[in-house]
Amino acid sequence: MSSVAAAPAARAPVRAHARRPSTLTVYRWELRKLIAQKRTYLGLALVVVLPLFFVIFQNVHQRGNHGNGGIFGAQITQSGLATPVLMLLFLSAFLLPVVAALVAGDIFANEDGNGTLKTILTRSVDRGQVFAAKSLAAITYAAIAVFLSAAVATVAGIASWGFHPVRTYSGTVVSASEALLLVFAANAVYLIPLFALVAFGVMLSATTRNSAGAVVGTIGLVILLFIVAQIPGLEGIKPYLLTEQFQNWQGLLRTPTDWAPIAHSAWVCALYGVPALIAAYLTLLRRDVAGG
Amino acid sequence: MSAGASPPGGEEEAPPVRARGLVKRYKDVLAVDHIDLNVRSGDVYGFLGPNGAGKTTTLRMILGLITPTEGTAELFGRDPLRYGARALEGVAGFVEAPRFYPYMTGLKNLQMLAALDGDGAPARIDEVLDVVELAPRAKHKVGGYSHGMRQRLGIAAALLRRPRLLILDEPATGLDPAGMRDMRALIRRLADEGITVLLSSHQLPEVQELCDRVAIVDSGRVVYEGALADLRRQGGAGYRLRSTDDRRALEVALSQAGIEQASIGEHGLAFEAQEPDVGELSLALAEAGVAILALTPELATLEDLFFRLTEGAGATDAGNGAKPQAVHAR
Repeated sequence: MSSVAAAPAARAPVRAHARRPSTLTVYRWELRKLIAQKRTYLGLALVVVLPLFFVIFQNVHQRGNHGNGGIFGAQITQSGLATPVLMLLFLSAFLLPVVAALVAGDIFANEDGNGTLKTILTRSVDRGQVFAAKSLAAITYAAIAVFLSAAVATVAGIASWGFHPVRTYSGTVVSASEALLLVFAANAVYLIPLFALVAFGVMLSATTRNSAGAVVGTIGLVILLFIVAQIPGLEGIKPYLLTEQFQNWQGLLRTPTDWAPIAHSAWVCALYGVPALIAAYLTLLRRDVAGG
Repeated sequence: MSAGASPPGGEEEAPPVRARGLVKRYKDVLAVDHIDLNVRSGDVYGFLGPNGAGKTTTLRMILGLITPTEGTAELFGRDPLRYGARALEGVAGFVEAPRFYPYMTGLKNLQMLAALDGDGAPARIDEVLDVVELAPRAKHKVGGYSHGMRQRLGIAAALLRRPRLLILDEPATGLDPAGMRDMRALIRRLADEGITVLLSSHQLPEVQELCDRVAIVDSGRVVYEGALADLRRQGGAGYRLRSTDDRRALEVALSQAGIEQASIGEHGLAFEAQEPDVGELSLALAEAGVAILALTPELATLEDLFFRLTEGAGATDAGNGAKPQAVHAR
């Protein structure tokens, strides 16, 4: 800075109106921050590699029936559209929640780790905008992970076994194009419980201010609820466990569509997600930004 | 500022910083104890105190980063806790070290912050990079920046907002001597252009060189607030006198009312007195046949005064005057 004295200076005018950024602008930059971090790609790599690995493995071993996949496992080599359903069945219980937790648990705590929360909170954005943008970014990441996995599984499945009709859980055969639509819808419905889990991760991230703690805590919730579901005598609460909602998208793959589990999933997930988001919001709103 | 954006009471009269009775308590620890600050438009205001005195906590409360246990802080008449980001319009700076995203380049960091500023800030990125001379390293990741480069990036980020008030917390910390000099030059220049500066610093020479008004805090309390010149005057009006006969001059001085602490040292007679008493002494010396060769006032240095105010009388030996009163000269 040896020549700063000669450099043109920033003036300090009295301005009429300062145009403040929209929440959409903050959200875009939250996405750019995610894109700039290597860890973002770890989860996405997993959801890309696993479907590919699955399809390659099936091709190499020429297996015509996947025992764990039920009716869709039996159709694995008959229609490429069975593959994304099978992958959603396998990944929805644990891997996709883990991938979503990686970013949700980190989204606020990362700012604490870097000491950058004070940097963005001393600009022209309110805490509410930052909260909304970060929560949306975590949700966006989870959605991208789900649909990326579905897209890879669909393309790989169709490339291997063709674009053919499939039989639903009810035994009804649906056309390939309708099956493709159902695959998309099933993944969309799966996002309901996943978003509730993201909300929990966001809450832990905002309250613990510790990335590792928040990520592990979010994954820990999933494991805990799986364990609770296995405890004899607690069958009564099972329908209300978040992890039980991870499979409710299967209602879409029945003919006629079984909306009951989806509706149930929606309000149960709201019970988990909404309080978590409110708690996270209030925490961010009231907390002291110290350190860094 | 438009009328529409003005807080009640008329913004034109609102000072850049006005804090009243700020208290921050962490369980049993009283970090800040009823601090009042008044930074006026155009001030280069020094905020001094030993480590742990509560300076940074006070700045965080002023910027709305932490909630005071008691009291209020206003920026141009707006309380950040009430007005949110609107209270920060025209305000920029950093508390403790400026922090950035290490996985992004300096340029990307500035682009993000400019986007979060709005108001045309993105168009000023190149200009502020030039001002802090970081343009050649702008496309390097901040993770690889030196401490000094991050400080400069912090200044650049602050200038993006075209501030009317610049709040800087130890901006020269960790800089080499040349970096410190350049940082002072930059602050001086910004102040000359009309930007009010609130400068928290441990660097007493820096404050003495740059600031016209100061607040000195100790153990969470303001022990002095007011003009630096007033503080130095309070520190004791010391004088040094060389004469044709220093021993005779000492005898005369000791017999004069209002002359205190008179003694002969290596450089002649030293004493403390108010100006009228100095006049009387000069007449008395003439009557006694002692010619004055040199009579020079000696103001206490800021360092002397700082230690006297924050460490008590034990540190006054280093100075040449009485311990100044803890006052709030507003």
